[in-house]
Amino acid sequence: MRIQFLYWEDCPSHEPALERLKQVMAEENIYEEIESVDVETEEQAQTLSFSGSPTILIDGKDIDPPPIAAHVALTCRVYQWADGRISPLPSPDMIRRALRAAQTQ
Amino acid sequence: MQLGDSSIPFNLQGTDNQQYSLSDYVLSDYADKVAVAVIFSCNHCPYVLAWEHRMMQIQADYADQGVQLVLINANDAAKYPTDSFPNMQAHAAEKGFNFPYLHDETQEVAAAYGATRTPEAFLFDSEGLLRYHGAIDDNYEEPSAVQQSYLRDALDAVLAGSTVEVAYTTPVGCTIKWK
Repeated sequence: MRIQFLYWEDCPSHEPALERLKQVMAEENIYEEIESVDVETEEQAQTLSFSGSPTILIDGKDIDPPPIAAHVALTCRVYQWADGRISPLPSPDMIRRALRAAQTQ
Repeated sequence: MQLGDSSIPFNLQGTDNQQYSLSDYVLSDYADKVAVAVIFSCNHCPYVLAWEHRMMQIQADYADQGVQLVLINANDAAKYPTDSFPNMQAHAAEKGFNFPYLHDETQEVAAAYGATRTPEAFLFDSEGLLRYHGAIDDNYEEPSAVQQSYLRDALDAVLAGSTVEVAYTTPVGCTIKWK
């Protein structure tokens, strides 16, 4: 399983999001290396189709695929949780579902 | 801007196409507010979106006590189209904002206040002096898990004429998008 963590330093959500990712991985007994990618420029954001910080890719798939027309930019990413809450971080359940889906493939 | 500093006047267009000045609320003969919270905000930031309903609830809870919240968006809409004035108007209408939402197109107001994040609150008393600067509360993610309601506590202190115990907190949110 390949796990990538894309972030933009200016957005403060990346540190708690990385901690959350590690915690959920531990709960799922997944100890793969996390590849962290610091997206620093608009050009890099365009190249990576980076729709905001943080973005978590598991085997190349976004854990919460953004709309096709999503704005690509150096920005903080908006996550909408299952209960309707808006957060700068993905929910633990969102991460867990994506990890389990990757394991079954 | 430091605690105790005087507020900086502004005159900005709101999403209702009216002009708004700080003197509409404090420091003028016709002003009738005892506290004004100027909050730098925007449309696109998840921290703003997470706190937005709490800001509306604060306005609703304190309106009868002479408190006014004023939100200002200074982000560069050329780089962040979601923060354009038409999108501000749509967002304010969709959310049913109960406070003015103003456009700082030149970014001069945000720069003068020294704002860096969205959301970032500056609370002024009836004399226009800065009494609190910082975050709305200590938990953007879980409203039910808030331990410190910074802005509400500061408002309570100002309304009671007492000292604001926690007068500064580090603003948590997206950076203001400068031109």
